[in-house]
Amino acid sequence: MSETVIKCESVYKIFGENAKKMLEESNGNVDAKTFQERGCIVGVNNASFEVAKGEMLVVMGLSGSGKSTLLRCISRLTDATGGKIFIEGQDLLELNNKELIELRRNKMGMVFQSFALLPHKTVVENIAFPLQIKGTKTEDSINRAMEMVKLVGLDGRENYFPRELSGGQQQRVGIARSLAVEPDIWFLDEPFSALDPLIRKEMQDEFLRLQEKLQKTIMFITHDFDEALKLADRIAIMKDGIIEQLDTPANIVLNPATEYVRKFTEEVPREKVLIIEDVMDASSKDNLGDLKVSKDEIIENVAEKILTQEKIVAVVDSENNIVGSIKPSKIIDTVFGGRKNGS
Amino acid sequence: MEYLKKYPKLFQWLFLLVVFFALCFAIDVPETYKFIRGQAEFVKDPNQSVYFFLGKEVRYYAFDVFWRLPPLLGWLPIWINDSLFFLMNEWMPMEFWNEDTQEFKTRPILLQISRNLTAFMTFLIELIREILLGGLETIVAFTSWDFIDAYPWLELPGLPWTIVAAGAAILSYKLSGKGLALFAGLTMIYISIFGQWKPSMQTLSFILVAAPLSFIFGLGLGIAAYKSKRVEKALYPILLVMQTMPQYAVLVPALVLFGVGDHAAVIITMVVAVPPMILLTILGLRAIPPEVIEAGRMSGCTNWQLMLKVLIPTARRDILIGVNQVIMVCFSMAVISAFIGAKGLGFNLLLALNQLNIGLALEAGLCISLIAILLDKMSLAWANKQTDYFGNLTFFQRNKNVIFFATSFVIGIILAYVGTFIFKGSFNYLFEIPHNKGISTADFWNKGVDWIFDTFFVYIKAFNTWLIQDVLQPMRALYLRMPAVATLVLAVGAGYLIGGIRSALVVAALTLFIALSPWWDRALVTLYMATFGVVISCLIGFTVGTLCFQNKKSAAFMLGVCDIFQTFPSFVYLIPVMMLFGITDTSVLIAVIVYATIPATRYTIEGLRSVPVGLHEAATMSGVNKLQRLTKIEFPLAFPHMMLGINQTIVFALFMVIIGAFIGTEDLGQYILKALSDKNGAGIGLTLGICVAFIGLIFDNLIRTWVEKRKKHLGIA
Repeated sequence: MSETVIKCESVYKIFGENAKKMLEESNGNVDAKTFQERGCIVGVNNASFEVAKGEMLVVMGLSGSGKSTLLRCISRLTDATGGKIFIEGQDLLELNNKELIELRRNKMGMVFQSFALLPHKTVVENIAFPLQIKGTKTEDSINRAMEMVKLVGLDGRENYFPRELSGGQQQRVGIARSLAVEPDIWFLDEPFSALDPLIRKEMQDEFLRLQEKLQKTIMFITHDFDEALKLADRIAIMKDGIIEQLDTPANIVLNPATEYVRKFTEEVPREKVLIIEDVMDASSKDNLGDLKVSKDEIIENVAEKILTQEKIVAVVDSENNIVGSIKPSKIIDTVFGGRKNGS
Repeated sequence: MEYLKKYPKLFQWLFLLVVFFALCFAIDVPETYKFIRGQAEFVKDPNQSVYFFLGKEVRYYAFDVFWRLPPLLGWLPIWINDSLFFLMNEWMPMEFWNEDTQEFKTRPILLQISRNLTAFMTFLIELIREILLGGLETIVAFTSWDFIDAYPWLELPGLPWTIVAAGAAILSYKLSGKGLALFAGLTMIYISIFGQWKPSMQTLSFILVAAPLSFIFGLGLGIAAYKSKRVEKALYPILLVMQTMPQYAVLVPALVLFGVGDHAAVIITMVVAVPPMILLTILGLRAIPPEVIEAGRMSGCTNWQLMLKVLIPTARRDILIGVNQVIMVCFSMAVISAFIGAKGLGFNLLLALNQLNIGLALEAGLCISLIAILLDKMSLAWANKQTDYFGNLTFFQRNKNVIFFATSFVIGIILAYVGTFIFKGSFNYLFEIPHNKGISTADFWNKGVDWIFDTFFVYIKAFNTWLIQDVLQPMRALYLRMPAVATLVLAVGAGYLIGGIRSALVVAALTLFIALSPWWDRALVTLYMATFGVVISCLIGFTVGTLCFQNKKSAAFMLGVCDIFQTFPSFVYLIPVMMLFGITDTSVLIAVIVYATIPATRYTIEGLRSVPVGLHEAATMSGVNKLQRLTKIEFPLAFPHMMLGINQTIVFALFMVIIGAFIGTEDLGQYILKALSDKNGAGIGLTLGICVAFIGLIFDNLIRTWVEKRKKHLGIA
């Protein structure tokens, strides 16, 4: 992949009075239980990963798994106890207050679970807020904010107050506000968790549409595994502050690294997650049928076509070169077989 | 044995009570002891014992230490006094330039600071007073008397009452709507027609200076406490004591530091009004969702931007509720500080009460209550008002209130001008109605009082005698027989049973302070009056609250009544009871009961209301009847909140008991009142105030600890 935007090197976040000292004593071998006995709570435990430009990393975990804490370390809303964090090569923890504010004003945007809108400002004023904080002229900031209002589809409601909007609309404002300064890095902390299921789906689609257009570098926090599968380029699954597995959705579903991860993947309909490339056999020239399917197709979309074939189906890449093949029985195996093994 | 295992707490309490009463009976009152010997240490008598502390001679009558601890803290008031005098008159003399005499003068620095502060306050009060009433002090302050002599037309004419009335109505309309606007207008017209304009505006100007200053200081300190744990820890004990300190008590040191007059009153009002503002600011800032703060940080706010653009606007409502509290405290201080020479309605009220002119007192009291209610409603409306969007309005719509006010301003001036022709030679009623020309109902009320006395004298007297002889005297005697040691054991035991070692230590320290002060007897009398008031108030409050709760409308109505009663400055309560019962302990106690019933009722209703709806439904589905629901579900769950109500009731009762000293009771308040007219009273007044505050804090600590535990136990923390 292309250049790295966010880079974490064994980041720790430990809450408690002597956290720093205890971390140094432990030599990077942090055990949550012994820390807890001594009055410290481990939030993030040895997190190392990179996020490339334009990539969307989804951090998935249940409540208390440290996913929000990890995000707050990277946005430096809290200071990490140990480790190093680089934003576009800059050492985040070395920045002084002024540089940090500069970084946030120009490079970062963040969306919050509870929307966190300012109750005394209208929609357009809320969106213009980061610009005005930066010192942009009122007129320019309002103009820019109006563009954002249109982008998230709230035109006509720009003079409403947050209290007059529904949850979904409020989160659109939150999204617009976080994008107003055109940040390179976009943090989203469970942005859709407080919404009803139907609205949530609508917002997810909207979000994908926006990302297609904007191509930001994204860290997305969620506790919803399905949401993670739907949105992510890569998923990091966290438990008790430790990243259990970090991989593409397909690999996580096919090869769960730990028992904990496997429990999540059990109920996942594979045909909706996996693409042909994930399950195809190596190319075999003989006995191929007439049907050709693209390797990037999601299985669900082509399953019916393949299953009606008697011959092996050829798999092609975007230039129509045959790169592999797939037997109809393989489809059946993927859809039903995996689950049998699992249970 | 089985019971013992089942209810261990109950037996611990019983044991404590047994010990307490055993001690009470075991320790006899020494035969030579005379009750209420508070000031023994200031009288020279060969029978007295003497001890020295830091070179100060303290005298006291020695008795069995189990019965009455020696007043080892007797040096404290003397010491406070001496230090104050030293600070004011001797500490760090410096040369200051005197503008009037055009020469340098040597003065202690504190005295100079106090004088400068005084001058500044006086200037502010005069400025507002002259805008409302007219005058020339402000202009003189900037120029000189000669200048005024040369240009006599420079004297400020003051606003005609019509303009102030219109202004109040328009502001009320903007904040709340037609109802409040009507009320504001009528109040102002009433004040004017009944000839109370001048004292009302004096009081108003006092509040217009004290309230904003208290607001600024309270907000600043509140923010500082929010930002720094250390500041908060330093402020916390002061805030606690100030919450329970009777407002009387702070007057006395103010007298020494700032002298007599409106300026001293403003400064001391600030001392009392700032603590609630600080508390509400902290509360409001703490209540901001953390994500909003994070959103502000991620938008790249500097600390200042975060405070001004995110935190304060988000906490707006709580901060404005703080403003409301500040205004209410200012009103009650406006009356009390008449003792140190603040002009206005309070002064008239005190004067009238002193002359036993109930009619006049009632008029002044009514005026001050009306203004208090008006400002209370206005500030609450302001707090609850949400910002609206004005972008699409025309110029007229946006500025209509300003335009209306400008118009009424012009009309008012024209009217006042026309008035000079109509009322030629006499007073211009369209400008200001002078005191003696307004309608006065004083005679009517006085006659009414006389009539009540003539008609019901026998019954009132009989009731009075019965209450005093058969209830109050025995109760008082019982309380006075509480030996210091037994009381200490009871308090510490209760503290330990409720909150463990920590609570026991706090309570012990507070009790010990009172026991070691020279005023143990007086404290017991205060306690007896407060207890009597609290018990009756709680009985009434719980009953009324429970009954009103049965119906949504009556509950809302009762809460509204509580709101209005609470806005009356505490002194006003003395008027009607003096009307009916004259100058007796009964009057004070009835005022205490009326005043303290407010929180008891309010907290009962609120507590019952806070019982979750789900539980109601669950209970109904289990087939309980109304009584069962009340006793089995609502009372147990609402009880912690009702206990907080009792806590408030105690504080209210103590306040009123102390104020009742004005009528002449024999408790701590009497000495505070005495200290006011004593040159060396500062130390005594302050120590007495702390004693009263500590009585309140003992109960506060016990009740709060219990409530917290209970709420945690019930899972409704």
